[in-house]
Amino acid sequence: MADVILESQPDINADLSSDQIQQQDLQTEEMLVNMGPQHPATHGVLRVVLRTDGEMVLEAVPHIGYLHRCAEKIGETVAPYQYIPYTDRMDYLAGMNNNLAFAQAVEKLTGLESEITERTKLIRIVFAELNRIASHLVSFGTYGLDLGAFTPFLYAFREREYILDLFESACGARLTYSYITVGGVTDDLPERFVDITREFLDYFEPKVHEYNLLLSHNHIFIKRTANVGVITAQEALDYGLSGPVLRGSGVNFDLRKQPGSGYEEFDFNVPVGQGEKGTVGDCWDRYIVRVSEMLESVKIIRQALDKLDGTEGQETLHKKGKTLKLPADEIYYEIENPRGQLGFFVRGNGSAIPDRVKARGPSFCNLCVTEKVCEDVLLGDVAAIIGSIDVVMGEVDR
Amino acid sequence: MASITLPWVQRDTEKLSNYREKAIRLLAFIALAHIPIILGAWFLLDPLSTKPADLQDSKVLLVPPLCLGSIGGMLLFAGAAFAIYAYELIGRVLSAPWVAFIIFIGAIFGIVIGVWLHAEILMTVQRDWMPAKETSVIPFVGIEYDHTVQSIYQNNLEGKSVDFPLIGAISIDTPILAYLMFPLQFPLVRDLVAVGGIIGFISLIPGFGIWWERKVAGRIQSRMGPMRAGGWHGWAQSAADGIKLAFKEDYVPPGGDGVLFRLAPYITFIPPICAFIALPFATAWVFRDLDVALIFILAMLGIEVMGVILAGWASNNKWSVYGAMREACQMVSYEIPMGMALLIPVMTAGSLSLTGIAEAQSGGFWTWFVFVNPWCFLAFFLYYVASLASCKRAPFDLPESESELVAGFLTEYSGFRWSMFFFGEYVAMYVVCGLAAILFLGGWMSPFPASSAEWFIAQANIENGMLQTLVKSLLAANPIWFILKATFLFFVQLWIRWTLPRIRIDQVLYACVQVLLPATMVVLLGNTLWILGVSENGLNLGWLIAIDGIINKILAAAGVLTLVGIVGIAAYGYRNNKKLVGWLAVDQLPGK
Repeated sequence: MADVILESQPDINADLSSDQIQQQDLQTEEMLVNMGPQHPATHGVLRVVLRTDGEMVLEAVPHIGYLHRCAEKIGETVAPYQYIPYTDRMDYLAGMNNNLAFAQAVEKLTGLESEITERTKLIRIVFAELNRIASHLVSFGTYGLDLGAFTPFLYAFREREYILDLFESACGARLTYSYITVGGVTDDLPERFVDITREFLDYFEPKVHEYNLLLSHNHIFIKRTANVGVITAQEALDYGLSGPVLRGSGVNFDLRKQPGSGYEEFDFNVPVGQGEKGTVGDCWDRYIVRVSEMLESVKIIRQALDKLDGTEGQETLHKKGKTLKLPADEIYYEIENPRGQLGFFVRGNGSAIPDRVKARGPSFCNLCVTEKVCEDVLLGDVAAIIGSIDVVMGEVDR
Repeated sequence: MASITLPWVQRDTEKLSNYREKAIRLLAFIALAHIPIILGAWFLLDPLSTKPADLQDSKVLLVPPLCLGSIGGMLLFAGAAFAIYAYELIGRVLSAPWVAFIIFIGAIFGIVIGVWLHAEILMTVQRDWMPAKETSVIPFVGIEYDHTVQSIYQNNLEGKSVDFPLIGAISIDTPILAYLMFPLQFPLVRDLVAVGGIIGFISLIPGFGIWWERKVAGRIQSRMGPMRAGGWHGWAQSAADGIKLAFKEDYVPPGGDGVLFRLAPYITFIPPICAFIALPFATAWVFRDLDVALIFILAMLGIEVMGVILAGWASNNKWSVYGAMREACQMVSYEIPMGMALLIPVMTAGSLSLTGIAEAQSGGFWTWFVFVNPWCFLAFFLYYVASLASCKRAPFDLPESESELVAGFLTEYSGFRWSMFFFGEYVAMYVVCGLAAILFLGGWMSPFPASSAEWFIAQANIENGMLQTLVKSLLAANPIWFILKATFLFFVQLWIRWTLPRIRIDQVLYACVQVLLPATMVVLLGNTLWILGVSENGLNLGWLIAIDGIINKILAAAGVLTLVGIVGIAAYGYRNNKKLVGWLAVDQLPGK
């Protein structure tokens, strides 16, 4: 009886070659691993489901939504100037830039833009660029942390502390500023602000050189990041990436260089990934674009501070800001956030409260490329890639 | 001291002070209760009597515990009572800056000196004891012994004195010492005392190492590190951490293998300690001077990986399994270049015994194996890199890499079990650094040749015998030199950890199989040929011997320059410690 059963079973290896049989024997089991939402490398509550074969990651699917706070829905219930604090909490590392994007969108919609004084515009640029430096410092520090270098993180935070002190002197807050608001900025600059900022810039500029010595040109760091997570220029454009992630892929596109951005009179370069250590668009390129952008921001701030000297006494907060009626019209306005293009869509209906507020977050759009890049990489590379895309989960989930 | 008040804790101060008073009363009562025991024992046993009839071996069981132990017990309880009574004063004294520092350093030196004294006594005992005329037998057990209390007293203590350098001669003519020395003639007792000393030293390593690592990390990262616990620079931080960890929840993951989970910390923790069995601190300063000490220590370090694999497997956590697998492949591959790099000094010295290898480097720092020829110089660095990997220290800390694997095999561990892994890790670090110090940096030999001590004694005209011993041990060979060298290499491990990023797993294996392994093979071959060419029994090539001498001098000079550079940079940093140091020695704090 037993013989009959054995004979009747088909030989599953009958039509396989010896190589294939060998491969079948060697094949190991695949494993699904949850990276996050509580994981040190995912920068917040990002959850990435990894399909792994040993140390190889075959597939990485990001899952989001652990920090959803209905930020867009809240926009339909409050007046624009009341919505400003909510924008702080989207990309909490770049509160000033978020405030700026929403405030300028509303000003453009209502036509208040023409009444904003020169001094206000300059102050806004100074703070936006200072915050860009602060945000890139966090990105730089945590990227080192992702790759096991603890020390640059502390150095980055030491410098960021000075920027936060400057912000605190201007608006009293150190993280969620709500400083740039509809109609201007909540307060004029404090005493000696310009001098102290200049002193900080003098101190900070050589520090970037120190970071390069410490981390950027470290052999192990280059080995970990060069040729890892390559995003080609075409892919970057196809996926709608923006900011340093797009520029790291070699695409020279920065909204600050576009007409109407308010940066027309400033002289600065747009750092672009060159493939200096590996392929264009690898993790090292994205990283070095951020480090170089800090220096460009220093340049912009210096010029803005020089211009600020001649604008003493100008009005910095327009009284109309709090009593705006939004016309029955809509607008979509984008600015260059540290992480990319942050856009706000606002539709008014004639009352003070908008019908619809929609944000286009750079982190959210950049995150979508993770799945593409994290194919067939090593487990250690996943941390490197997610770190180089530099997402802030507060803004992804909103 | 300011007390911490928690608003949600209703503190009954009266009740608390009652408890305090009760505790003081109880402890004081116990301390006083010792007095009749001491007096009674003293009266009955008469330990100071030197009459031959009174020096009986049977009293050995009673004199040390009753006459001396009770005094110690009384002091202990009285001290505890005083500590509770005057805790405010003690706290104030401990948090004063220099007092705490002195206590801290004093504790370290105290233990070192204690171990030292113990070894001196053992050596005296072995050297000076004269065999008695007849052997005695312990009743019931039947163990024979040569030295009675009476013979020890008469041969070693009667009328003898020790000549201290500053204080002068102190008489040691007391039978109590004979009672204390009596047990030392049994090898088991000597071993137990030595184990006590070794465990005391080993316990210091993680305590000091963790605190130091945090201070070094703080300095490197332009912050202070621990500053609160204990007072002076947070010297009690490790103790505070240890107490905290001991009180934490002991979590065993459900679904994991509970037995293996509990077993794993011990398997990681015990082998590095066992390595100290064969690790000599100096000549005769070793628990067992094995002929194959090197292989024994390598074997012990190899067992450690078992514990990590068990921990990863038993945790029922995918990240832990990743950590365990990484540790397995990393350790197994790095054992090979590490072992091969260690063969090079073994070959140069012609001995596998660690004592023998160190003795071969006693002629001044230029005869240390790291400088002795170019192949040994390379082997030192190859060994050091491989030892970093085998201790899973950065940049090879993949098994517990935080940003990739949460905490690797430690993910599910908490509290005391977690701290045991760290204990084992720090001890293993010290063992590999100690091995490097013995094999390449001359072990316990001072940087000066052995003859320099006699020259110095003759020049300075030192006559005091103890002072002569001190000078000899400092200028020729001393465990302190071994501890200093091992600690310096330990510091380099910390330095590397807080400077470099982490390597990826494929790069780790590449570096081992493609770089370190061929390199050690080439170095091994090169060293073999070099020794063959240089040695008198071999080819004895004149030109090679000349080159050997020149290279030896160059390497030794490079070593001295490196040390001077490190010390110089450290001094520069210390001098500018209020500034950001580097070539941008600028004042901190813009705008202030």
